[in-house]
Amino acid sequence: MRVRDTNEILLQVEGVALSFGGVRALKDVSFNVRKGEIRAIIGPNGAGKTSMLNVVNGFYHPDRGTITFKGRTRDRMQPFEAARGGIARTFQNVALFKGMSALDNIMAGRTLKVRRGLLWQALRCGPALREELEHRHRVEEIIDFLEIEAIRKVPVGRLPYGLQKRVELGRALAMEPDLLLLDEPMAGMNLEEKEDMSRFIVDVNNQYGTTIALIEHDMAVVMDLSDRVAVLDHGVKIADGTPDEVKNNHAVIEAYLGVAH
Amino acid sequence: MLYREAGQFKTTYAEDMAIFPISQDRIALAVLLGIAFIGVPLLATFHIWPFGSDYLLWAILLPFLILALAAIGTNILVGYCGQISLGSGAFMAIGAYSAYKLATGVHIPLAWLGFAVSIPPLPVLASILLGGLIAAGVGILFGIPSLRIKGLYLAVATLAAQFFFDWAFLRIPWFTNYAPSGSVNAPALDFFGLIVQSPIERYLLCLLLLTLMALLAKNLVRSNLGRQWMAIRDMDIAAELIGIRPLYAKLTAFAVSSFIVGVAGALWAFVYLGSWEPLAFSIDRSLQLLFMVIIGGLGSIMGSFVGAAFILIVPIMLNLIPTELGVPLSTETITHFEFIIFGSLICYLLIKEPHGFARLISIGKEKLRLWPFPY
Ligand SMILES: Nc1ncnc2c1ncn2[C@@H]1O[C@H](COP(=O)(O)OP(=O)(O)OP(=O)(O)O)[C@@H](O)[C@H]1O
Ligand SMILES: [Mg+2]
Repeated sequence: MRVRDTNEILLQVEGVALSFGGVRALKDVSFNVRKGEIRAIIGPNGAGKTSMLNVVNGFYHPDRGTITFKGRTRDRMQPFEAARGGIARTFQNVALFKGMSALDNIMAGRTLKVRRGLLWQALRCGPALREELEHRHRVEEIIDFLEIEAIRKVPVGRLPYGLQKRVELGRALAMEPDLLLLDEPMAGMNLEEKEDMSRFIVDVNNQYGTTIALIEHDMAVVMDLSDRVAVLDHGVKIADGTPDEVKNNHAVIEAYLGVAH
Repeated sequence: MLYREAGQFKTTYAEDMAIFPISQDRIALAVLLGIAFIGVPLLATFHIWPFGSDYLLWAILLPFLILALAAIGTNILVGYCGQISLGSGAFMAIGAYSAYKLATGVHIPLAWLGFAVSIPPLPVLASILLGGLIAAGVGILFGIPSLRIKGLYLAVATLAAQFFFDWAFLRIPWFTNYAPSGSVNAPALDFFGLIVQSPIERYLLCLLLLTLMALLAKNLVRSNLGRQWMAIRDMDIAAELIGIRPLYAKLTAFAVSSFIVGVAGALWAFVYLGSWEPLAFSIDRSLQLLFMVIIGGLGSIMGSFVGAAFILIVPIMLNLIPTELGVPLSTETITHFEFIIFGSLICYLLIKEPHGFARLISIGKEKLRLWPFPY
């Protein structure tokens, strides 16, 4: 049940600036994400896309500007608060827990939903065991959905890159987020893996109504998947609109072809 | 063809989540528990070989049980949560001295306030467990810096804790009830009227506590809290972004680890040593526990047992084998050999197989599962 036609704003980023020493990664960027849509952020290397996501989920604190998520405005947030508020993400360079199995990685994504404390978990009986089983069932659904049944017990460090990306998506899904941030979910994948991943993204959006903001370099994928596209270049938003609008935008073409102004 | 999970289909997730999902492992564990709880006491009671004398119980089994417990505690902090600690010995000491104070009655004269705090002597079991809780509290306190400092720097901070407590228990006479020699005696081991005295009784007491606490520890590490610890160990940034609070995860690891190590310390003092000096819990003990955990396997409860057994048995073998061969080694030479063996083994394991013997065993099992067809 897709709700992309509502105009309700889930996330509003307003006038955000961020710099690292002398490098100004973001200069006064504003954009929004509507509830239920798939929103793409594109731009050349070093444009500030990853920095943008990091600001949204509290990993970086912006120098200026505000973030309004689900109606609450703040100028900074702690990563774990963002997680509790319903923001999940994956990373450009997979950030899995290397020593743990695929199953445990995804189970770890359930942390915020766990109710029983230390003593119950140590006893692991009655309500604690029931709760653990409930989480396991939920996680197994995700494992089925992502078609990674065969590798659930494998330590993720031993998995090929494409599967690691899938497990990482699974871990984010286990959080049952309202907003899912995906940083180049298809980087380094072959065509078939990209197709699988695209399918998962669309299905997540359709089945669970999860709002998705994704960074991607593959234009074909972006044009296919997304409802709206924002384009960053040198820390500035140079275009924003439907895939078609963006495709024909002069500033965008120049930024990508590297034509001098 | 003997060790195989073929035909053992797990039809529920509950079965899949059992401690030992493969039935051969369950049988092996049952046999081991049977030997430990029934076989050893029977043999010891009737003085049947190898229990002709109490040597095996006193010199090997008792220290093994207690140090395995301490190794489990150390492993939770170092192996599961990735916080290197050189202070395990100090936390054993805190457990031991806290239990000692509680068992002999606590008296804190607060002269300037005009009154004194007095707690009457507590029963031994309560003292031991409360000693563990006090160690947990101190563990939380010393865990706070771990939120800021990592790796080697944290190791140095825990080393400071080790030296501080070495000093405190040696120099502050209140801890030793003003014993002139600094050495203290454990109270009688009275458990609800049952006096634990003979080696086999001591063995059973430690075995019971070890089994219970190992089970609780195993439950924790395969529950959400354990996954939080490992997540912090493997990648703390990503852990935070899925909603794990580093403060909570690290401090619970310090607390649980220090509790277990503290109880082990109290047992070491009360049940094994009987009377002891602060030297019993020096930096040597911390290093020994760390070696056990590295050799046995970081992040493995089973590995803690293997490591403890290995570290205790090697020196005995070094003594025994050359003597049998007619070339007895001097104590000094044995100590040197010990260092050489442990040192090179640790170097090898840290480089080649950070999960220690436990991992080697599970690789062996994987091979065995396929045997005799190597595919
Ligand atoms: N932690 C950091 N410290 C210093 N500079 C940084 C840091 N993170 C990003 N930058 C700089 O900010 C700018 C934007 O980086 P960012 O990673 O956001 O780009 P990106 O659009 O994600 O690029 P890519 O497509 O290569 O992933 C770059 O110039 C980068 O060097
Ligand atoms: Mg990037």
